[in-house]
Amino acid sequence: MSGTVKKLFEIENEQLRVNVFPDFQTGDTVGVYYKIREGEKERIQLFEGICVQRHNGGLRSTFTVRKVSNGIGVERVFPLHSPRIDKLEVKMKGKVRQARLQYLRERSGKSARIRERGTI
Amino acid sequence: MNSTCGLIGKKLGMTQVFNPDGSRVPVTAIEVGPCTVVQKRTVEKDGYVALQLGFAEKKEHRANRAELGHFKKAEVTPKQHLLEFRCSQEDADKYQVGQEIRVDMFTNGDRIDIRGTSKGKGFAGLIKTYGFGGAKASHGAHEFYRHAGSIGMHQDPGRVFKGTRMTGRHSHRTVTVQSMEVVRVFSQDNILFIRGTIPGSRNSIVQLRHTDRG
Repeated sequence: MSGTVKKLFEIENEQLRVNVFPDFQTGDTVGVYYKIREGEKERIQLFEGICVQRHNGGLRSTFTVRKVSNGIGVERVFPLHSPRIDKLEVKMKGKVRQARLQYLRERSGKSARIRERGTI
Repeated sequence: MNSTCGLIGKKLGMTQVFNPDGSRVPVTAIEVGPCTVVQKRTVEKDGYVALQLGFAEKKEHRANRAELGHFKKAEVTPKQHLLEFRCSQEDADKYQVGQEIRVDMFTNGDRIDIRGTSKGKGFAGLIKTYGFGGAKASHGAHEFYRHAGSIGMHQDPGRVFKGTRMTGRHSHRTVTVQSMEVVRVFSQDNILFIRGTIPGSRNSIVQLRHTDRG
């Protein structure tokens, strides 16, 4: 890594929110408390579901959370280091074999469940 | 034309920054300066006013005799890149030969023009170069999918007009993007964050100056 690119890397790292949130993996059920602005007011919304994808890219890291809302599957991408994330909770550690759980999209009901890690 | 002198920089790549409200801003990082004034062009001698700036140190054994003489005259160390910035007489008077110009000349929220060399695309067709529509994929079309169609009329005028857009080398030209917003200045690291994209690949040399657009 050359000197200047290293500098850029350092500038990026300054913005990281390190050790703010608990560690989680794909398959885990997470609750994201996300700040939402409505006009002048700011409120916190909970988005709870299964983390189906994590994209690691330093400051540009994101994760995708999937939940089924009123029978419709909803996936939402959150920037991991966004100041808008107020709190992040890991509700359940899930046992999965894939890094990206795209197979969940075509499943529903029992087959869309994920077993808990450590309870084989 | 811009009346103020600018700076030379090197494109580092892109990243993003978060606003306090959480929105993400795509930024291009540029290493800007420090640049040294190596020569002044004057009306009396050269017929125009400009400042010649040098950017990035060069090892002395890499420079040839002519270059060494040129830098020695200005009493500065050899530089890798030399570029001229045409400017007004008042602006040229602000700087002396040998003076260092730093990224501090830009502040957050400034609008600047950036000139660079766009990434070459090689010999490219009309769809890529000019956004032509191409031809039908069905209805009996045969080996005529990405062609241009007609390039003119018949016996009258009996020739193809000048400037008719055809295939050929695409990009790798000097491109200026105007009125780009400065998002952040790191004066210690000589790094500038610009909102959006700028021409060229990583490590390509760009020219930056204050915009004269409102």
